[in-house]
Amino acid sequence: MGNIKVNDNDQQIATPIALTELIAINKVLQPDMVSVQVNGEFIDREAFGSTVIKDGDQVDFLYFMGGGAR
Amino acid sequence: MNLTDQQIERYSRHILLQDVGVEGQEKIAAGRVLVIGAGGLGAPALLYLAAAGVGTLGVIDGDVVDLSNLQRQVIHFTDDVGRAKVESARAKIAQINPDVKVITHQAFFTEDNALEIIKDYDFIVDGTDNFPVKFLINDACVMGGKPFSHGGILRFEGQTFTHLPGTACYRCMFGSPPPPNAVPTCSQAGVLGAIAGMLGTIQAAETLKFLTGVGELLTDRLLTFNAKSMNFKTVNVRRRERCPVCGAHPTITELHESEQAACEFNPRQQ
Ligand SMILES: [Zn+2]
Repeated sequence: MGNIKVNDNDQQIATPIALTELIAINKVLQPDMVSVQVNGEFIDREAFGSTVIKDGDQVDFLYFMGGGAR
Repeated sequence: MNLTDQQIERYSRHILLQDVGVEGQEKIAAGRVLVIGAGGLGAPALLYLAAAGVGTLGVIDGDVVDLSNLQRQVIHFTDDVGRAKVESARAKIAQINPDVKVITHQAFFTEDNALEIIKDYDFIVDGTDNFPVKFLINDACVMGGKPFSHGGILRFEGQTFTHLPGTACYRCMFGSPPPPNAVPTCSQAGVLGAIAGMLGTIQAAETLKFLTGVGELLTDRLLTFNAKSMNFKTVNVRRRERCPVCGAHPTITELHESEQAACEFNPRQQ
């Protein structure tokens, strides 16, 4: 088991784990729409599959939010 | 400029603030701010910026007031239904504060008018409701070297950050617009009216901080809140070296609206 942070919340998880797997475990509603930072660096969407999350990593999921005028 | 006795009284609660004072109030009075969209976010932002005494307020919106707007677009009143939003906004601003010079643009913000319109302003507030225009505002401000406040709301949630030249931009965080209808807007999914007030007011506060130089702006940070839990969170974000518009080797060098880049995203599976 490893300890990681997801959007600032502690998560205990078997590490190392593929980023795509972490996205699935966290039930991200629209995996194709989420932006991801690992340890403060944005990950290119094409690299989600090849990115591995290790013990101690800090992962941020950022979601699109529109709306305002009409 | 020198403040009159009446202005010193009107702005006394600003002037009392040690960080603002007469000097800060004069900076606000010298400020030129463009609010894009006189809707859910633009309405509260405009009201507070007008009350604060921002010298020049630009408003751009091509819409007319609709009955369904009144639940959250607090600058428009029942009698304004059918009236151009920019005219409705201008009338309220004049009543709140005759010191403010209002410049209205009854049009939508497009790739053709974007750079020409923003060039006259010190700070831009994004109060629009759709992704292509949000990306257009980002690109125009990055290219024009203009600071701006980004804002988005949906259902019970809001999201905002402030961009200054050199800090993380919207494309650093999100790349390119989602394909049409992949992410709902307020008109499709609804929004609690007060959320618009919360977020638009944060944007107004950022604008006033920028004009006065007080505090730390919401740069390189994305603030999100959920009114159901009333949790506020900021995620630190870092400018992306490979950002297509503000990165080291930009691939976007001129403005294109509704550049959806659908190829980058797969259509939603659910
Ligand atoms: Zn960028």
